[in-house]
Amino acid sequence: MQQYTILEKTPLSGSACRMVISAPLVARKAQAGQFIILRAKEHSERIPLTIHDQDREKGTVSVVYQVVGAGTMELDSLKEGERLHDFVGPLGRETRTEGLKKVCVVGGGVGCAIAFPVARKLHEQGSVVHSIIGFRSRDLVFMEKDFQGVSDQLFVMTDDGSYGTPGLVTQALERLIKEGHQYDEVIAIGPLVMMKFVSQLTKKYGVKTTVSMNPIMVDGTGMCGGCRLTVGGQVKFACVDGPDFDGHQVDFDEVISRNRIYEEFEQREREESCYLLKQGEE
Amino acid sequence: MARNLSKTKVPMPAQDPHARNRNFSEVALGYTEEMAVEEARRCLGCKHRPCVKGCPVAIDIPGFVEEIAQGRFEEAFHILNEASALPAVCGRVCPQETQCEQLCVRGLKGEPVAIGRLERFAADWHRAHACKLPPAPKPNGHKVAVVGAGPGGLTAAGELARLGYAVTVFEALHLPGGVLSYGIPEFRLPKEIVMAEVDALINLGVEVMLNTVIGKTLTIDELLEYGFEAVFIASGAGLPRFMGIPGESLKGVYSANEYLTRINLMKAYEENSLTPILRGRHVAVVGGGNVAMDAARCAKRLGAGEVSIVYRRGFEELPARREEVHHAQEEGIAFHFQTNPVQILGDDRGWVRALECIRMALGEPDASGRRRPIEEPGSNYELLADVVIMALGTSSNPLIRLTTPGLETDKWGGIMVDGPDGLTSREKVYAGGDVVTGSATVILAMGAGKDAARAIDRMIREKGL
Repeated sequence: MQQYTILEKTPLSGSACRMVISAPLVARKAQAGQFIILRAKEHSERIPLTIHDQDREKGTVSVVYQVVGAGTMELDSLKEGERLHDFVGPLGRETRTEGLKKVCVVGGGVGCAIAFPVARKLHEQGSVVHSIIGFRSRDLVFMEKDFQGVSDQLFVMTDDGSYGTPGLVTQALERLIKEGHQYDEVIAIGPLVMMKFVSQLTKKYGVKTTVSMNPIMVDGTGMCGGCRLTVGGQVKFACVDGPDFDGHQVDFDEVISRNRIYEEFEQREREESCYLLKQGEE
Repeated sequence: MARNLSKTKVPMPAQDPHARNRNFSEVALGYTEEMAVEEARRCLGCKHRPCVKGCPVAIDIPGFVEEIAQGRFEEAFHILNEASALPAVCGRVCPQETQCEQLCVRGLKGEPVAIGRLERFAADWHRAHACKLPPAPKPNGHKVAVVGAGPGGLTAAGELARLGYAVTVFEALHLPGGVLSYGIPEFRLPKEIVMAEVDALINLGVEVMLNTVIGKTLTIDELLEYGFEAVFIASGAGLPRFMGIPGESLKGVYSANEYLTRINLMKAYEENSLTPILRGRHVAVVGGGNVAMDAARCAKRLGAGEVSIVYRRGFEELPARREEVHHAQEEGIAFHFQTNPVQILGDDRGWVRALECIRMALGEPDASGRRRPIEEPGSNYELLADVVIMALGTSSNPLIRLTTPGLETDKWGGIMVDGPDGLTSREKVYAGGDVVTGSATVILAMGAGKDAARAIDRMIREKGL
């Protein structure tokens, strides 16, 4: 089996997709919360993706991605049996779970794919796990069964109320806290705006909160500094100091602003490649 | 054979400054055979060979220059290659004016012999003409691991491979070369040359494992467990420094590492590259070293109307190679000397709009021997900028330090070594280059790689007896 071969490619919901990739050295070390960087083809961008799962015996690592730009579109063009050009990791620090007895894991959208291994790790070490997973609508819901298997209580939320409980993950979390659940920690993984509002809420109640950041980065080893963010007034590099940080200390507005740096560029790339696809169809 | 008594070097042909500041092709075009012979004849062949003492890898300089003077270019290359694994690179990027050429006797009255240009000529001539690959050395049955495929690691790998060692080089990025690939731009060091030098090492039997981060994917201890009899750490000084002034998180502020990596490693300058880069109209680069020059010249080539170098000391103190400064000036880069940024100003959407600077006076020389800059109160002014690039040097990457028990490091995080051999506080583990010294030059890293390779060879042979 060649390195970086795509062994499985499974569409999830919406434009999300799971890939299982052969990468024995990475699989051997991978821990929940860490990430990899891949390049689909010889001239592709380097894309950081948090690890969804690993099988140390089979030597595989799985990632979940959503097509959001030119880079992920290129990744999505590869089929089972094909090889990724590059795959490096595991990078970053693992999610710390030692000593946590009761935790609320909050996942949003595709972020649920990487919140899951954290919930599983907590469950396996005997912690009480409450999970709240949120999606925009019914057709985007995924991993519900997986979360059920590792959670003492699971709450599925949809923004439009088409499935589970209508509302945002923060509403479910606030209700649980008000009901008197005392969490050692809340671990929130999802869109930046979601993590920001979860952190604001838990700060009000004084519940320690960890968030997983995924800013723009190039090398993932501390070399470029592109992934810098301000945490408690100090500059940190998400790739080597994170990706997990104290949600009460992160300057979310800065991260949200910085993550939009290349939006225009991405937009243009997407339009151009769509135009090419259209041409191909004619 | 008649000596050439001209007081000046044979000029280096170069692309026109106003044409080249719009492309990424190599600036200096290289000597022709005639030019090389003419320049080589300026060498006096001094008996005491002062130039050799200025070379960190002790190339037999009068020897190879004499071969060129005689028109024996392949022989010249072999003399170079005995001492240096990367002559085509060194001929282009070494600071010759502070090394070999500084000690050249011809420099006492006029310009020194253009040793760097001649080195480049011989290496390029070899690449263009030589078809015969050297025979692979006879394996000696020993395994050595090298961490980092930059100049230090590649040099050590080459030295050890020639002695018959099975060498594996572990590289974190998706291409070998280290700073030669991600840092130094195409117009100064074509990547084709870097890859040719790496291919020559692979031909010697060196194995390069890309996408492998030592300290993450594998640890130093695991390498030793896997049967490598020694490890040479040449992972460089990767971490970019920022100034710690307000506004450094604004959109449009880059570390030079990120800016250059996007351009060189990821080829953001190419028309159809998928890697985005901000092409500013007014670009300010903070710093005065080679990296600052590279960033400024890249910005110009990406179409910036105005590119400024902001440096807190004066022209004389610029740490960059003279040739790079000269080229930058020719290409229309503006220099703001004795100027230091105090903050970066943004607009209401979080984008950079200007750099607020303060003028500096130069006081007494400091520990580095350069005059210490002192702020002149009230001299603040705004420099218009939509992209700001911080080229302030780098510090060593913590990944190996944090995962290697017993490896001693200094207060800046650099790995501590015992003398020029590069032996660390851990048995069988050697280190050299920027990871030991902090950011320095390609040739110093190569020198360290060479010394460590010899020490490793000695250690393994002694153990075998």
